[in-house]
Amino acid sequence: MKILVCISKSPDTTSKIAFIDGDSKFDENGVQYIVNPYDEWYALVRGLELKEANGGTVTICTVGQAADDAIMRKALAIGADDAVRIDTEATDAYFVAMQIAAYAKDGGYDLILTGKETINYNGSQVGGMLAEALDLPFVSLASKLDINGSTATIEREVQGGVQTAELDLPAVISCAKGMAEQRIPNMRGIMAARTKPLNIIPAADVLHLTSFENYDLPAAKSVCKMIDPENMDELVELLHNEAKVI
Amino acid sequence: MSTLVYINSTNGISKSALEVVTYAKKLGRDVIAVTTGSADDSTLSVLGEYGANKVLIDRSVTSDDAQQLTRVIATAVEATGSDTVIFSHDLVAKTVAPRLSVRLKAGLISGAIDIPSGDTIKVNVFSGKAFGNVKVSSDKKIISLLPNSLQPETGGSACSVEDFDGEAGKATIKVLGTKKPDGDIPLPEAELVVSAGRGLKGPENWGIVEDLAKSLGAATACSRPVADIGWRPHHEHVGQTGVAIRPNLYIAAGISGAIQHLAGVNGSKVIVVINTDPEAPFFKAADYGIIGDAFEVLPSLTEAVKKFKASN
Repeated sequence: MKILVCISKSPDTTSKIAFIDGDSKFDENGVQYIVNPYDEWYALVRGLELKEANGGTVTICTVGQAADDAIMRKALAIGADDAVRIDTEATDAYFVAMQIAAYAKDGGYDLILTGKETINYNGSQVGGMLAEALDLPFVSLASKLDINGSTATIEREVQGGVQTAELDLPAVISCAKGMAEQRIPNMRGIMAARTKPLNIIPAADVLHLTSFENYDLPAAKSVCKMIDPENMDELVELLHNEAKVI
Repeated sequence: MSTLVYINSTNGISKSALEVVTYAKKLGRDVIAVTTGSADDSTLSVLGEYGANKVLIDRSVTSDDAQQLTRVIATAVEATGSDTVIFSHDLVAKTVAPRLSVRLKAGLISGAIDIPSGDTIKVNVFSGKAFGNVKVSSDKKIISLLPNSLQPETGGSACSVEDFDGEAGKATIKVLGTKKPDGDIPLPEAELVVSAGRGLKGPENWGIVEDLAKSLGAATACSRPVADIGWRPHHEHVGQTGVAIRPNLYIAAGISGAIQHLAGVNGSKVIVVINTDPEAPFFKAADYGIIGDAFEVLPSLTEAVKKFKASN
């Protein structure tokens, strides 16, 4: 089975978020980039588990520039077999999905996995766009995935519960919490990652459809009003009359 | 030109459906809602009160198969001459809106929290730590609105409901079954949320959290460590790598307020923090703070809420 896992970079979860150039650009100063947690913890690790159970290969793919090779090596250290970096600056999700589609369409992949969203743009867009571009079935936010022959069985949250469903491969699936557990790379993995293939391929000629004009930070909260723990009636009164939320 | 709104009517008309119709109405053009499934006409015609001019329903399909639903909505875009499609940013939208974006070559704005301002729309980014203003360069656009971003507004009257053939094609996803969740209120849509963390010391102590939630009619949530060690189900985890929510009221007990947790909840209108540690960083993000033991504060707050409810 050939598995493709799409990887994005994101700022470390403890990063301070700030903007430069008239609030038009994310301030990367001092920011450590990591593999987007959903891509790493769930999509990549589940891909590796499926490979270990069924045989096959796990290829990771990103759209990015040379600086992103570091996160690709990390994903290789966790256990992916090889990596593909489509060599261009990632703009919007449409652009990224079209780049990956151009690469994957003749790749013969049985299963394409993504994280449910990135923690920087939170769009949940790339997986669905990729599926439409490749005319494949797509399930988003799957919390469980099993493969039996050429059939995938998934669990996903839907309005009003958790649904179990089946679909035929090839398919695109975005992965959410519950699907796998984070794996910490060991020394052997880190050493092996250094010599695994990281193929850099030229970008396709595609457009983007959206752009971020600028960013704002949330207004700081005014001072927190402290309430006596013995006086919960006062809190209820404030929530009703002052905050007007109950 | 009109604005097309997709409504998930699987379990009737939810508040988030009313929010997207209200949002579309604010764009100032005719609003046409499209849905699938088996909801009856009288249920759907209510959307007219919130600004829909007409509802189209394709009863031949459900909302389960993203490819079918994408085709139905694309057919409706063409049939109605719409250039804008609005979704509520829920689980169906996260599956269908990206597909539709590619099919229509329409720029997708995910997680919108406001109506357009000039040629940009404000969205949540960096998991709630910042906002971005997005511009679409394509002729058509798709907006996926975060739940609880605006209040539904009435003013119109019931509208007509028409059967619609969305040329759905065949399904590729076969549904085997659906398990009902434990709680009644889906967390992303909840207006009131009571949440707790490691300060509760163990899963057996969650009764006092549930009691408060019940007295308020709130959903329950938790911090990441609590979900990771299995005290609470994963779908209750709010924060940067869990669910991001923006309820009217978020009550947090025994959660210190790490930056990753704050990212998921700082869109809440009012935050109440209960913690024994006066130095807990969460107090800096709170509107009301109580320095005290959750095991004493939560039950007495529950009593105060019950007393309030009984007298109002």
